Amino acid sequence: MRKSEFLIEWGLFGCALLSIGTTVGIIAVLTIETAGFLRDVPITDFLFGTEWTPLFATPRFGVLPLVVGTLLVSGIAMLVALPMGLLSAVYLSEYADERLRRIVKPVLEILAGIPTVVYGYFALLFVTPLLQRVIPNLASLNALGPGIVMGIMILPLVSSLSEDAMRGVPRGLREGSYALGATRMQTSLRVVVPAAFSGITAAFILAVSRAIGETMIVAIAAGQQPRLTPDPTKSVETMTTFIVQISLGDTPQGTLEYRTIFAVGMLLFIGTFGLNLVSAWLRERFREEYA
Amino acid sequence: MSVDLRRESVRRRVADAAFQALALLVLIVALACLGALVWDVVSDGGGTLSWDFITSFPSRRASQAGIWHALTGSVFVIAVTAVLAVPIGVAAAIYLEEYGGRSLAARIIELNITNLAAVPSIIYGLLGLGLFVRMMGMGRSILAGASTLALLVLPVIILSTREALRAVPSSLREGSYALGATKWQTVWHQVLPVAAPGILTGFILALSRAIGETAPLITIGAVTFVTFAPDSIWSPFTVLPIQIFNWVSRPQAEFHAVAAAGIIVLVALLLSMNAGAIWLRDRYQKRGMS
Repeated sequence: MRKSEFLIEWGLFGCALLSIGTTVGIIAVLTIETAGFLRDVPITDFLFGTEWTPLFATPRFGVLPLVVGTLLVSGIAMLVALPMGLLSAVYLSEYADERLRRIVKPVLEILAGIPTVVYGYFALLFVTPLLQRVIPNLASLNALGPGIVMGIMILPLVSSLSEDAMRGVPRGLREGSYALGATRMQTSLRVVVPAAFSGITAAFILAVSRAIGETMIVAIAAGQQPRLTPDPTKSVETMTTFIVQISLGDTPQGTLEYRTIFAVGMLLFIGTFGLNLVSAWLRERFREEYA
Repeated sequence: MSVDLRRESVRRRVADAAFQALALLVLIVALACLGALVWDVVSDGGGTLSWDFITSFPSRRASQAGIWHALTGSVFVIAVTAVLAVPIGVAAAIYLEEYGGRSLAARIIELNITNLAAVPSIIYGLLGLGLFVRMMGMGRSILAGASTLALLVLPVIILSTREALRAVPSSLREGSYALGATKWQTVWHQVLPVAAPGILTGFILALSRAIGETAPLITIGAVTFVTFAPDSIWSPFTVLPIQIFNWVSRPQAEFHAVAAAGIIVLVALLLSMNAGAIWLRDRYQKRGMS
């Protein structure tokens, strides 16, 4: 092999390796700052404490209110995105003809491509006022409005990944079902969806991960009050909103407040990274089933 | 017996029709949401939108506020992001698709890239804050913001470039090898030119994602009130989505109208980038068929 060919190959390999460097960099930065944070705050206080007041004169660093706020908004988003996403995937994969798909798919792609700050605007100034007509005691910053809007934002992701999984199911299974006299609904729900189960689950898990990490919708429309409550009509603060809140202020480097955003970020990273790994593993299994 | 069977058959057909109607309704609701969003933004911001709005600097008064600083900031950051991310992304994709094969290293890198693509963008912001702003001392500059966004879009660029490379028929490579070309000569002279339109489409889509990103840039500390247009990669800056966020967060309704006008400009920018990508894709597909 010529020397230049050899150099080029290693250069290209180096660029590919940079992606590993990104992961290592994320883990290193989060670990260093989180370790500094945990020197001042015992880990049990952080993980199991029920009060989050890092900016008060007597700060408390119990992260549970942020976790519960995140799960509350994400849970509402999932209640919207999962059934709607699955139904629209079933429709696009099993019912719709090519002409309808050509109209609907680009529209879903547009929905997926809209910047999240726009969805935040929509949640705060359109959806919440609309909901307040039905639920009079809904606070103007609340978990419900942004949750619903986040669900709409994630719907295209659930729909397109589930549809891919369903289209991967071999035709023979459907034909066998029709031959036994099943209707299209029975074939869809009792043959195709179970056959594509691991692929659909992978889509759902990825959607949960997206919801947990979503930032701007909640930063705009859910408020900044860390509150341990399952009540979606109240204002809550999510983990991501807290990071934005501190970043907007002028918190000097090296202080405990500065380190809290990395500790919260670490928690966020571990959660979403774990979910992504499970999702990737399920997708791989689905591919093997019908290879 | 036969009456029972017929009734059962009718029941099943009704259930089938009801299910189909429900699924169609879901799709219509999703489309209606998009419609409501567009209507809401246009009716709020349409009146504020003007040429003055685009060419003015921000102001404490809503009626005089403009987006020139934010628009130039966005364009500047995205241009630097492209310069940083595009060569590295293409090189990484070439390695994985043309050189790496099924080696263990290539497979680990692949799994890692899929995972990185799903890491929340705000985590990249924390990485940028710790690595670029603090450790490498770039400060809250355009360079720090663009470096952060470059890492964020790298997985997207790598994935789309690989797809474009995979679409190049292997007979082209074999013909080139048969003529005695080396691996790199084959990649550079044969594979890349054929894959170029597909690769370019991927760039545009990746950059149009970056232009709408808000959270990572807020995290690295991009300022929300800038009264000048950036003039070097070391300038402090703001971008369009951050400016919109700043206006939405204010209590006064006049600023909400300004925010809506900003959203119209941002979405118009995005849609024209996407339209460019679609145009390229169509052109490419037509040439591929003939």
